[in-house]
Amino acid sequence: MSPSTVTVTGSGIDPVAIRRDFPILEQQINGHALAYLDNAATSQKPTAVLAVLDQYYRRDNANVHRGIHELSRRATSAFEDARSRVGRFVGANDPGEVIFTRGTTEAINLMAHGWGLEFLNEGDEILLTTMEHHSNVVPWQLVARRTGAVLKWLELDDEGRLRLEALDRTVNSRTRLVSLTHVSNALGTVNPVADIVRAVRYRSEAVVLIDGAQAVPHLPVDVAALDCDAYAFSGHKMCGPTGIGVLWARRSLLDAMPPFQGGGEMIRIVRRESSTWADLPHKFEAGTPDIAGAIGLGTAVQYLEGIGMSRIARHEREVLHYALDRMSTVRDLRIFGPSDPCERSGVISFTLSDAHPHDIATILDAEGIAIRAGHHCAQLVMRHFGVAATARASFYFYNTTEDVDRLVEGLETVRTVFA
Amino acid sequence: MESPSIGSLYQDLILEHYRRPRNQGELPDRTADVHVANPVCGDEIRLQLKIAGGIIEQARFVGSGCSISQASASMMTSLLEGRSLTDAEALAKRFGDMMRGDADAARDRRLGDLRALQGVSKFPVRIKCAMLGFDALRKPLEHNSAISGGP
Ligand SMILES: Cc1ncc(COP(=O)(O)O)c(C=O)c1O
Repeated sequence: MSPSTVTVTGSGIDPVAIRRDFPILEQQINGHALAYLDNAATSQKPTAVLAVLDQYYRRDNANVHRGIHELSRRATSAFEDARSRVGRFVGANDPGEVIFTRGTTEAINLMAHGWGLEFLNEGDEILLTTMEHHSNVVPWQLVARRTGAVLKWLELDDEGRLRLEALDRTVNSRTRLVSLTHVSNALGTVNPVADIVRAVRYRSEAVVLIDGAQAVPHLPVDVAALDCDAYAFSGHKMCGPTGIGVLWARRSLLDAMPPFQGGGEMIRIVRRESSTWADLPHKFEAGTPDIAGAIGLGTAVQYLEGIGMSRIARHEREVLHYALDRMSTVRDLRIFGPSDPCERSGVISFTLSDAHPHDIATILDAEGIAIRAGHHCAQLVMRHFGVAATARASFYFYNTTEDVDRLVEGLETVRTVFA
Repeated sequence: MESPSIGSLYQDLILEHYRRPRNQGELPDRTADVHVANPVCGDEIRLQLKIAGGIIEQARFVGSGCSISQASASMMTSLLEGRSLTDAEALAKRFGDMMRGDADAARDRRLGDLRALQGVSKFPVRIKCAMLGFDALRKPLEHNSAISGGP
């Protein structure tokens, strides 16, 4: 494939130019150009992010909020600037409400410990969906076991959409928490979060937590417009480094919650018997944070803003449409998730005749095409569809229709091997 | 176009065992029953053996998963029947050698159809799949060597 054959999509994104920002994409894998289609697992990092990490360690490295010296001042201001920028990126204008975590998993666990264990009692109901990533299931199972709270589930329909009509029955005055994903990592389903929040508010006083791990990288997100109470996401899926993510939550909620971990950075005064807590957001950031990671995420956000989230979403939609069309020509291919492309993001979960997803992934890998195979940390979704695993191709703004062509060719190879 | 390495991995014999696994089913009079799973991909094998006097009289399995894991279990059970536990242990060791890329092991006739899996050694992430059936076999073997005081 020569780069000159790459088409500029109607979104105005020029993939040739964009791909120059991602040197990792230029390599050969098993003798073929890399087609990286595993973006739901993690995204690649642009040179701007790599450079800022390097520059931070070369020039500005120091601990934050501690030193009086120049380097500490620089590190602290870069770290706090990143916080403000990442917050604004999702419509959170109060940096005190933006807590840096290791990622979505830690953000949800922070809520489970800080809010769940503190405020849930026996018989209280936690509403989850069977679309959730394990990181939005297991923490609540642990909380339920310790508090006596009860887990309730919103089910999926045949196309992997939430059965929203059941909200009427499942949300009531005992519902204390509703936690659900914005976009499914296993199916690509985009949930109408604002509508769901409205429906929940109408029927209960429940706290609403949204897992935005698959949304923030791909769509414009505004937590104020969604009207949720808390929102979690990971940096590494949106061009940022691994090891950094965010929990945004309303100040009133965070003020009421006890600290998650104890240590340096999160205290005001420590006495022998007890201590008082630092102001938000530091109350929830015990110990030395991932300073470089936060700064890298700030730069990633700046990079994404430079392209524009609406353009990114539009480009991915075009690649998705193209992929759904092309893949529908592959015989014996079963695609999971909503049939209406407008209800899904750039994630395509599929199976192909009797080829096991792992075999599909191995054959594609031999042709330089990286996809994921397995249960995608969503075993409840797999069970819903009666499969042990699926193969999953997931796109980002640097993917092209040529990547899709390669995928489809690779799938034809799978068909010949397993014919 | 099919790359040569993929051809070497997915031998016809593997696909044939995958589609028509031998020794599938349960053994009502089993003496050993082991369930193993690979949590990463969800591959599962339940291996049942009827062992008497140190001899594996019958071997059956039920499982689900990729072609490599299921073909390997099918091939393995075909070789186990009528073999002593000591023999089975040697076989398992030989198969492990082949997975580590040992060319002598890959030519060892005792491995029977399992030799078709030699290409897996070049796909490190898939070795676990090929080993799953043998992982299930390990427990009865260890049990045996514990009783008999070593192989
Ligand atoms: C929907 C969803 N939630 C949560 C997570 C967990 O994110 P992390 O592993 O970055 O904590 C992921 C990513 O794997 C995800 O896709």
